Amino acid sequence: MRFIEPHGHMVSRTTDDYLAMAMAGCQAVCEPAFWAGFDRSSVDGFYDYFRQLTDYEPKRAAKFGLTHYCWLCLNPKEAEDVKLAEEVIGIIPKFLDRPSVLGIGEIGLNKNSRNELAVFEKHVDLAARHGQLILIHTPHLEDKLKGTRLIIDALKADGRVAPGRVIIDHVEEHTIQLVLEAGFWAGMTLYPESKCTAARAADMVEMYGSDRLWMNSACDWGVSVPLAVPRAALEMRLRGHSAKAVDALIYGNPARFLSQSKNFAEKL
Amino acid sequence: MKREQVVDLYFMEARAKLIDLAAFLDRVDRVPGTDDFRMAAFRHALQELPGGKPDRAKRVLLSLSDPTTEPLPAATTKAAAGAWPGAALPPIAN
Ligand SMILES: [Zn+2]
Repeated sequence: MRFIEPHGHMVSRTTDDYLAMAMAGCQAVCEPAFWAGFDRSSVDGFYDYFRQLTDYEPKRAAKFGLTHYCWLCLNPKEAEDVKLAEEVIGIIPKFLDRPSVLGIGEIGLNKNSRNELAVFEKHVDLAARHGQLILIHTPHLEDKLKGTRLIIDALKADGRVAPGRVIIDHVEEHTIQLVLEAGFWAGMTLYPESKCTAARAADMVEMYGSDRLWMNSACDWGVSVPLAVPRAALEMRLRGHSAKAVDALIYGNPARFLSQSKNFAEKL
Repeated sequence: MKREQVVDLYFMEARAKLIDLAAFLDRVDRVPGTDDFRMAAFRHALQELPGGKPDRAKRVLLSLSDPTTEPLPAATTKAAAGAWPGAALPPIAN
């Protein structure tokens, strides 16, 4: 089995996790910028985080034979402070020509506030101006439906980024159709307690097709499982999905979407 | 897959979750107090399960969701509660 982990916050995982992922068939891991569990106090904190993502973490992953890519942004949980967000967006272009950067993400909404939406739109503008792919985080639990609608409306209103260059992540049964029907890619996040189980992910593949769909573990410092993607692949095999179909979903689809970034395509 | 195969694969897991759910409701009802907005939403969401209509998972998720469309003036917390506090649902017994 081979797979790409398209969404893993590896800076908060151990080397044991890298080893387990490599042994399970992981070919590459892609790390979106995210919240550290606390609010950073200045733009300098982000500068160092982006250095960690673009410089140090690829070397750590390489020790286990894994290619490491990243996405850059200020995450929605810190987006209430618009001035800080503007400063962070201002330094991102310095990192965009680093060889492992895939695009802008994970941007999006958390509580669906006006400032979060304004900061989301500034990130979309940044991606549009620099021709970058976009990875989007949709809000948690009761906020997901509203946030997904606001995100899709904002992307349509901007209009500069083709839907095929945007993946909207953490979809569930009540949001997947909105995302796919608008032409975007959709990500399913496999979490033990929230978001989506392996069985529900397989349900959604069967109900909505797998053309513009990927699965990820979104493993971070919270309750999450770095081997969730191969576990879901096993679930699909038990349900009679062919090895070829599973490979297309867990390797082919992330490769197809991410190859739109020249940095990914070159190393594939 | 045929229905029997789906049931073979998932029945025991779903049975365990069903009993857990029943025990959770018993646990909540055993202690003094009244339902907060989360439990009110939970009991309403359970109403989506009976009957033969499809898309139960989607309907449960929709019933727990904030249905409004205007952005909040400001985010006063980073956390989500699992149910929408603004729903003001009538009490319901299970
Ligand atoms: Zn994430």
